[in-house]
Amino acid sequence: MIRQLILAATRFVVGGHPNWIGTTPSARQRIYFANHGSHLDTVLLWSALPDDLRRATHPVAAADYWGRNAVMRYFSTRVLNAVLMSRDARGGDPLAPLRAVLDRGESLIIFPEGTRGNEELPGPFKGGLHHLARDYPDVELIPVYLDNLSRAWPKGSWVPVPISCSARFGSPVEAVAGEDKRGFLDRARQAVVALA
Amino acid sequence: MDGRFLLLFAGVGAILILASLIGWVLSHRVRSDKGRDTVRNLNDRIKAWWVMVAIFAVAFTFGQTVTLVLFGLTSLYCLREFISLTPTRPADHTALVFAFYVFLPLQYYLIGIDWLALFSIAIPVYAFLLLPVLAVARGDTGEFLMRSSKIQWALMLTVYCISHAPALLLLNIPGYENFFLLFFLVTIVQLSDVLQYVFGKLFGKHPVAPRISPAKTCEGLIGGGLSATAAGAALWWITPFTPLQAAGMAGAIVLAGFLGGLVLSAVKRSLGAKDWGTMIEGHGGALDRMDSVSFAAPLFFHLTNYFFTV
Repeated sequence: MIRQLILAATRFVVGGHPNWIGTTPSARQRIYFANHGSHLDTVLLWSALPDDLRRATHPVAAADYWGRNAVMRYFSTRVLNAVLMSRDARGGDPLAPLRAVLDRGESLIIFPEGTRGNEELPGPFKGGLHHLARDYPDVELIPVYLDNLSRAWPKGSWVPVPISCSARFGSPVEAVAGEDKRGFLDRARQAVVALA
Repeated sequence: MDGRFLLLFAGVGAILILASLIGWVLSHRVRSDKGRDTVRNLNDRIKAWWVMVAIFAVAFTFGQTVTLVLFGLTSLYCLREFISLTPTRPADHTALVFAFYVFLPLQYYLIGIDWLALFSIAIPVYAFLLLPVLAVARGDTGEFLMRSSKIQWALMLTVYCISHAPALLLLNIPGYENFFLLFFLVTIVQLSDVLQYVFGKLFGKHPVAPRISPAKTCEGLIGGGLSATAAGAALWWITPFTPLQAAGMAGAIVLAGFLGGLVLSAVKRSLGAKDWGTMIEGHGGALDRMDSVSFAAPLFFHLTNYFFTV
């Protein structure tokens, strides 16, 4: 019920209309990757997905923020179905919780910039997306551009303003044989930028 | 409740039933693709009209507070559409928070407590001075003048101007029920819009401003404007005006509404959009329906206030 309330409140305040440009909703296993401008990004992208897909799609959230106390942890993991990921590299493979989801055949939402930005266009992508794409070649990589969110609730402000936002889904990014990590990440970022 | 309310709503209901019937018949007879689009557009408009009339019936039935809340929500949706299309920056956030959460409710609250003097200056004076101060505190000087103007324009059009419609309830006209003034304003504006559309579709040849709004034609403006003015004269019995004065008022509303539509089309085009939003089926956004109200309401308010109140 909390989940329905949050979805309804999000839709009322910031809209969150999905716009499927390069692909259609599908039950295929996918990694959605998007630009990151506000705390509402996760909820907005997640609520833009159809109900049946949302159940098997897990947003990835930073453990140091979303897991810092019991309430946040409950909210992120139970309500949003998120998987928490550690942002520092100490203590083994930080991608392990993400691999566990993909091994179960379910989908992920990730923000490859790693942190929220205040610009319209995303900053450089971190390497995690590349590792996942290499290790799970059958998973579709869907670029998503979240429009207006960095205006509706910019980093550092305490309340969102009701600006309509939308989620634009682009065509899947395919792996290219022989491409290096940087080249792949730039291409993935360009796929998000192209939707802006 | 006044017997004239029932008569008015029965009349509006009858017109809408007739319009719905015509739309239904047309949808079964039209053959060409272009015609089908026009008829679909017409039927969507009629559907949205039913919703608007239902909302107005609720407002009129439950009185001033409900009317203020409904117009407040309308302003909220219009402001949201305006700001959503207008590229503000993250540094404008505090100013936007104040626009949405302080100045918008304040404007309608001032009508509720009958504080006409502050109602008239809250946004043109206090918001005008405060919002750029809030933006300057964030230290981003890029396009500062442009950003400040955008937010001020948004507030003026969608909150200040539109709030003059329910503010008609405050005017002191002895022995007169002010709800009828609001009804008169909204009816004439919407009639004028739809009649201009219909006359334009039937006879339109010469666009008034081809680069701004190709759908507005001289034939539509003259035909629709004159018939809406005539309708206004025919409604004189619900106003404090004589038939001739009612025609004059309706003419002023038609003209202001037309110019408002033109100006907001230009604003929209400068932002690279065709419709303000997707809220109302067939009507684009809420602001696409309210653009003429936002210009007509303040003019009608002040004309009535100047000539007809004590």
